[in-house]
Amino acid sequence: MPTRDTGEHQQRSRSTEDVIDEAPKASADVAERKDALDADIDAILDDIDAALETNAEEFVRGFVQKGGQ
Amino acid sequence: MGIETEYGISVPGHPHVNSMLTSSQVVNAYAHSLQSSHRPNARWDYDEETPLRDARGFDLSRAEADPSQLTDDDNGLANVILTNGARFYVDHAHPEYSSPEITNPYDGVLWDKAGQRIMARAVELIAQTPGLQPVNLYKNNTDNKGASYGTHENYLMARSTPFADIIRHLTPFFVSRQVITGSGRVGRGQEGREIGFQLGQRADFFEVEVGLETTLKRPIINTRDEPHADPVHYRRLHVIVGDANLAEVSTYLKLGITALTLSMIEAGFLDLDQAMAFPVREMHQVSHDPSLKHLVTMNSGRRLTAIQMQMEYAEQARKFVEDRWGSDVDDQTADVLNRWQDVLDRLETDPMSLSSQLDWVAKLSVLEGYRDRDGIGWDHARLQLVDLQYSDVRPDKGLANRLEARGSLVRLTTDDEVRRAMVRPPDDTRAYFRGECLRRYPDEIAAASWDSVIFDVHGRAALQRVPTLDPTRGTRSHVGELLDRCSDAGDLIDALFAATS
Repeated sequence: MPTRDTGEHQQRSRSTEDVIDEAPKASADVAERKDALDADIDAILDDIDAALETNAEEFVRGFVQKGGQ
Repeated sequence: MGIETEYGISVPGHPHVNSMLTSSQVVNAYAHSLQSSHRPNARWDYDEETPLRDARGFDLSRAEADPSQLTDDDNGLANVILTNGARFYVDHAHPEYSSPEITNPYDGVLWDKAGQRIMARAVELIAQTPGLQPVNLYKNNTDNKGASYGTHENYLMARSTPFADIIRHLTPFFVSRQVITGSGRVGRGQEGREIGFQLGQRADFFEVEVGLETTLKRPIINTRDEPHADPVHYRRLHVIVGDANLAEVSTYLKLGITALTLSMIEAGFLDLDQAMAFPVREMHQVSHDPSLKHLVTMNSGRRLTAIQMQMEYAEQARKFVEDRWGSDVDDQTADVLNRWQDVLDRLETDPMSLSSQLDWVAKLSVLEGYRDRDGIGWDHARLQLVDLQYSDVRPDKGLANRLEARGSLVRLTTDDEVRRAMVRPPDDTRAYFRGECLRRYPDEIAAASWDSVIFDVHGRAALQRVPTLDPTRGTRSHVGELLDRCSDAGDLIDALFAATS
């Protein structure tokens, strides 16, 4: 199978159909969807507000790494 | 294939602690917490490592190498092999998880996520240990102060594939795949001094087109020729341009579309000319343009967006799969092709509709949310904090984790599968043999590596080294029954040597 890295064709038994595609219908009204997204992002920000470290500036400044690969 | 990830590490309030020591603490905290059946005693076996061999056909001398390139030195830092077949160790002042060998993108996501959860568990264990300062780990690639650390993909390829073909076809592919695989970054330039958002964590750290280095003068195409397998038949393509991805769809597509493209290169199928004069500069410019409108100038005179470049690869891949497998194509390959096309279509028409699938879009939508709600500019520290904390591995502090928990970032795997992948290897590569030997005979394995397991059987004078040079052997179907039959390592060694003599 071509997503395998040895190029040898093999059938896989596992189906990934259950995880395929949560695409909105092509006919979805874009404006309506934008409103829904905006409401969703407000809820997301509320959730994140509770998790963010206090004193953003100091926290970001204190994140210092040595190099790597 | 497989993914190796160096995690960012910090002790809050102490920016200049010795990160090699804290990284060792991380590895040891996890290793010592395991039940004895999963606790790694074995040391890493360096015998087959050749980090200075160049795929173009020569060796760099040790004297000429930068000390950071001598990755085959046993430096006494924590270095363990897990029962899931992964290597968990300290590399260049970062804790690193190198996933076991896997054969498909879905398993890649699963064992990569297992690594992320192992890091989270280590953070939790250190936080619970009296006397130790809390340590945070981040699945990202830069501190925005000039340092970068890698997330490398590895793909097994046929040795017969001309390296020149790899360079020719993979360079434009890497320049353009960032629109799908980028993790998003606040800040531009290696030190993040220019303000603004860009697609990639790593893009600004690439300075040359082709080379052996990974820690300085980083090349788009890395030539390290260290197959960890029989070098007559295989090469291991060491891909260093990738970002650390949190979104499972990003990891899945990264592995899937790259493996498909490599299959086409191996087969000599690709008929594309996207050669360009300045790939390094184009890589930076594609990353710096989240509007996705930047036109890449080809030597042929054509000018294409990164999306259009990717569409040409996706179209060739569809033809390739149709040509070779027709309706016999396996589900996962068909799924990768469909998702690749769908993501490119949406990037062209409505990129923000991918906020539940791709890292850079998910991160950008949160950042834009803060900019709108709080009226802040791209130089505001809160946005830099969001960028950093997106990759925090802790379930409560990591923003990607929180987005997943509330269903705003799509999961492909389940928690049960991930928990199992933390301790069990994949069935269908040599990682099965390595991981299962460590699990079944924990006291009788002296050392192991990608291509060997060394047994120290009770009551026998000499160590027994079992080479595992073919990554496709040592699978469950190959050795599962044999392992079930052998109650101890002595039986296994006798059976293996009887079979080969």
